[in-house]
Amino acid sequence: MNIRLIAEIARSLLLARFKQTLVAAIGVTFSITMFITLLSFMTGLNNMLDSLIVNRTPHIRLYNEIRPSAEQPVNQYESFKGMHHFIHSIKPKKDLANIRNSLAIMHSLKQDKRVMGIAPKLSEQVFYTVGTVDLTGVINGIDPEEESRLFFFHDYVTTGNTADLKNTPNSIILGKGAAEKMMVEPGDVITVTTVKGNKMQLKVVGFFQSGLADFDKVNSYTSIATAQKMMGEASDYITDIQVKLYDINLAPAVAKEYSLIYGTEALDIQTANAQFETGTFIRTLISYTVGITLLIVAGFGIYNILNMMIYEKMDSIAIMKATGFSGRDVKMIFIGIALSIGLFGGSAGLAFGYGLSSIIDLIPFRTQALPTITTYPVNYNPKFYLIGIVFSLITTYLSGFFPAKKASRIDPVIIIRGK
Amino acid sequence: MENALEARDIIKYFHDPVSFQVIKKISFEIKKGEFVSIIGKSGCGKSTLLYILSTMDTEYEGALLIDGELMKNKTERELARVRNKKIGFVFQFHYLLNEFTVLKNVMLPGMKLAERPLDEIEQMAFEKLKILGMEKHVLKKPNQLSGGEKQRVAIARALINNPLIIMADEPTGNLDKRNSETVLEIFSRLANEFHQTLLIVTHDNEFASRTHRIIEMEDGKIISPLHL
Ligand SMILES: Nc1ncnc2c1ncn2[C@@H]1O[C@H](COP(=O)(O)OP(=O)(O)OP(=O)(O)O)[C@@H](O)[C@H]1O
Ligand SMILES: [Mg+2]
Repeated sequence: MNIRLIAEIARSLLLARFKQTLVAAIGVTFSITMFITLLSFMTGLNNMLDSLIVNRTPHIRLYNEIRPSAEQPVNQYESFKGMHHFIHSIKPKKDLANIRNSLAIMHSLKQDKRVMGIAPKLSEQVFYTVGTVDLTGVINGIDPEEESRLFFFHDYVTTGNTADLKNTPNSIILGKGAAEKMMVEPGDVITVTTVKGNKMQLKVVGFFQSGLADFDKVNSYTSIATAQKMMGEASDYITDIQVKLYDINLAPAVAKEYSLIYGTEALDIQTANAQFETGTFIRTLISYTVGITLLIVAGFGIYNILNMMIYEKMDSIAIMKATGFSGRDVKMIFIGIALSIGLFGGSAGLAFGYGLSSIIDLIPFRTQALPTITTYPVNYNPKFYLIGIVFSLITTYLSGFFPAKKASRIDPVIIIRGK
Repeated sequence: MENALEARDIIKYFHDPVSFQVIKKISFEIKKGEFVSIIGKSGCGKSTLLYILSTMDTEYEGALLIDGELMKNKTERELARVRNKKIGFVFQFHYLLNEFTVLKNVMLPGMKLAERPLDEIEQMAFEKLKILGMEKHVLKKPNQLSGGEKQRVAIARALINNPLIIMADEPTGNLDKRNSETVLEIFSRLANEFHQTLLIVTHDNEFASRTHRIIEMEDGKIISPLHL
């Protein structure tokens, strides 16, 4: 084929109008740069915000809602079988918070191939007693190792060490907010009172900072054994089983299944954090919209320059057609010009986009809420670069298509007659 | 001798602004090696006829045969190929591409035909330019040439694929007396020395008188096919 000849002609036409083509290419470069930078930055932010919730939230949480038992005593009364019962003033039962048979359930969960890991938890309302003041709080008894492995607990422990929960008996890691309210330092001992009235002395071994200030004002962590001891419960008393799956997308289906098998509530992460997905989606949508809008503007630039070029090169097109170039050859020449503007402009855009995201990546960004973050988050997903170059080629192709078609239809007789 | 070109009952109408018949049933043939000129008053349809014969204008009735092949029903690409391989053009205006050197301008139709390797095409282009006395200017851009020189380059370009026939529409129309004389000499030499088939539309009766045959047109018809 005469691809080489066509490429050569396209190149000379392009170089003859170098300044204009450069301006058109810069338009593409600019839009691709912005596209890459925006997407990298936005998805970096998305991932960061997601990790704030998603990393720390179990994919499925098994727990019992505190509510009246479905089986009321009157149902068991032989004489009233098959009748309608009107029962007033039903009250929920306390011990329902406990997951019955928790050891067996955990054992069977560990056998499930979809499950990456599980971490039991015991959450309980307490009062932190400081002098004469009682502050309300929540103590979470956890397995520090599993909690760290699955939910990155250690990332949020800013002072002290997660292992201390296991190594130091009767120890507690306080939320930063709670600790500030109580004005305690690591090494201090605080008194915790349970709702039932049990008192216990706990040694502060560290602070954590989750990024959610309200959460940190109330919550604290102990080992699960300490929590059970404090509440005077047996070693199988737990209120939550937190499950992490290999594939987060399976969570809703698996949650439904577990709820049936184990007879507990099972809440999946998607249901629990629906608003988060929406935020992520909107931010991504904005980035794409801005990028594509810029590209369309650049596309008009290319459309303009090609139209101008064709207008200027009418004679050349006419003589090429007279001397044996077909309409298709002419079309390919102009589409070739458009695509090379797209390719060079787009590639430069990728490079600049990478550069700009790297610069953003260096800008310090420290926030109380996110102890692990020191600079602005940037996501260098190669997917964006691929989409960027494909987009720029598609837009330039489309903007070159109509001028090229016009050029291919030029009737040499009309041009030659016009001279 | 074989026919290079044959026109049978060619009829053409223009419809804008009013319908009228420009070409009125024209039939003639050109043998290989013939040097033919078409003359006639301005507006009698010479250029229109030439565009039909050159396959660029396809809206006509009748039959056109080039090298014995019927041009009707050929696709746009096939016709482009016929022009590329069998027809060389010279117009009043040179139509050289200013982006390319003189040599490249001559090579382009050869590169499009792609029947020979590039270095051979380059060699041929150089030889054609040499025939026209333009070998000193091969590396210039067309806008660095005089009008007569440009027209000679255009003739070299028409020659590059050794076409069956060269068609020219008032090739000396834009040139002064001296340059016209040069171009005319070139055409005569091509016809007599290289037996190149030529069909030249001209206003210049002296030019016409030096061709082998004059076709005189009037009002869309041939009035005197004289053999000289
Ligand atoms: N596109 C067109 N539409 C309508 N009429 C046309 C068109 N082109 C040419 N004509 C008319 O057709 C007739 C023949 O035109 P043509 O260009 O073939 O003349 P010509 O013999 O080449 O004249 P000249 O010697 O001046 O070049 C003229 O009367 C012209 O006005
Ligand atoms: Mg004319």
